Amino acid sequence: MEQPSNINYALIVKKDCPTCALIEPVIGKLAKRFTKDLEVYVQDDPTFPQIVDAPIDDTSLEFSYRNQIEVVPTLIRLGDEANSESRIYGWDKKQWQEFTGIEDLGSELIDFKPGCGSKTQDPGMDEILALRFGDKILQAREVELAEAEDEMEACFERGWSDGLPVVPPTALRVMRMLNGTNREADELIGKIPPDYAPCTIEKLAINAVMAGCKPEYFPTVITSVEAALQDKFCMHGLLCTTYFSSPVLIVNGPIVQQIGMNAGVNALGQGNRANATIGRALQLIIRNIGGGVPGGIDRATMGNPGKYTYCFAEDESDDSWNSLAMDNGYDRKDSVVSLFAGEGLQPILDQQSRDAASLSKSMAQSLRSVVNTKLFGLADAILVVCPEHRRVLMNSGWSKADLRNALYEELKTPGSKIIRGANGNAEGMPVKFEEKILDKFRDGGLHIVTTGGKAGMFSAVIGGWVASGERGSQLVSQKIR
Amino acid sequence: MNTQTTLLDPTAELKPVERQLLPRLASLDGSTVGLLDISKPRGKEFLDEIEKQLLEMGAQVKRYSKPTFTRVAPTELTQKISVECDAVIEGLAD
Repeated sequence: MEQPSNINYALIVKKDCPTCALIEPVIGKLAKRFTKDLEVYVQDDPTFPQIVDAPIDDTSLEFSYRNQIEVVPTLIRLGDEANSESRIYGWDKKQWQEFTGIEDLGSELIDFKPGCGSKTQDPGMDEILALRFGDKILQAREVELAEAEDEMEACFERGWSDGLPVVPPTALRVMRMLNGTNREADELIGKIPPDYAPCTIEKLAINAVMAGCKPEYFPTVITSVEAALQDKFCMHGLLCTTYFSSPVLIVNGPIVQQIGMNAGVNALGQGNRANATIGRALQLIIRNIGGGVPGGIDRATMGNPGKYTYCFAEDESDDSWNSLAMDNGYDRKDSVVSLFAGEGLQPILDQQSRDAASLSKSMAQSLRSVVNTKLFGLADAILVVCPEHRRVLMNSGWSKADLRNALYEELKTPGSKIIRGANGNAEGMPVKFEEKILDKFRDGGLHIVTTGGKAGMFSAVIGGWVASGERGSQLVSQKIR
Repeated sequence: MNTQTTLLDPTAELKPVERQLLPRLASLDGSTVGLLDISKPRGKEFLDEIEKQLLEMGAQVKRYSKPTFTRVAPTELTQKISVECDAVIEGLAD
């Protein structure tokens, strides 16, 4: 049968594929029939298939990538009309016979054998090929290192580090990070303070790489930046303050388990990659993109160790106790990042209380120390309840709201006891509050979250910024999308 | 060892990619300038003249020397200079 000359075929094979090896006689027959109208591309070994005179070396995978080959063998037929391409893959004798119009093609072979994965589908290959042959996605300025320059040291010397080693942000690593989100690399997410530099998803990805994030953490990183850019979080002021505070990230919802965050033993400590690197990524973004460098715009007197990273997940193992995200209007099935302008961790040890009323008094006494025991209404706080204390509270039938109300009540203090000069101490509340009964926290200024290991009657306080509330920073939440 | 590594700039690209010089001294008056003799012949005479001029300009001068010009300065020496001086002039050749 004569083939019309305006039809061309391309066959893509690899030697390592048993199906490709099986159909070698078929390839020989096709080559003989179609001669120059058939091109055979081989992905791994240009000496294969031997039956063909001059197989085309596609070990670079350029042809395979450009033609989106997923399976070998793939046989492509190109007609002379636009969009007239059709293709078959694997070995299905009847299908190949119909496709090529050769009735006895491969008649000596078995009827069917599935193909193998194309080498373009090998793990990690997609980003390599996209960089080599795909549309140019990355826009960031390229920084070429000197030949003998150590790439880790280079990042320090260019001022990109928080003081710890960063992962050098190569284009390949950034491409892989970008695969963690379906958002476009050039999407503008906002302007990062203090420089208010326009920031793209790509710039976030570069910093997430440097922080050590896996691509699956990236949506959480993006969301943390969106939260930080909410006006009521006041990121610019928080960065400039001489006070200790810095963003504290708390993550709720299914994402916690999906990406393996720690809401259990040592949740606020070291050792979990997601906790450590998501919090660090936000700090690096503020440093590198925003330009918020200690001693520059960042004027903290002491700072706090959480300025490297301060990120943990809430323990949501008890459905009857509302999560922080639920307090802020979200559903338990939502994945949410909350940001709080906070610092440090002040322990609350209470191993004796067996009822909520008693335990709440311990908690209130510790909360009184936020900022200064004589300063009220300045800073918000997060009460971090450990699972054992949560059990004590729930055994007494208390909800989170009950606990919060009891704490506000317990902390109510006559102004006369805490005004300036009271107790022989010049610091304190202005004298105009002498006749008032004062609340330690503004309305909505005390947040409650649960995390930590199942053993240990140790809760904690994360003190807030002295500019909490509408005049400064408020806790913000943002849903991960 | 790497041959040529290319990294992507993580910053907002507000500054040139070349590494920047450290800030220069606004004035020599009251500052301490270190003179580092790298131990090549006649370095001393050259640096003596520099010292004379610096003193006239109101700077204080401290003198240092490398054990040998063939090697980089020992870490202890560079640390000592960085702690004791606001700027340093290095005598590089004979």
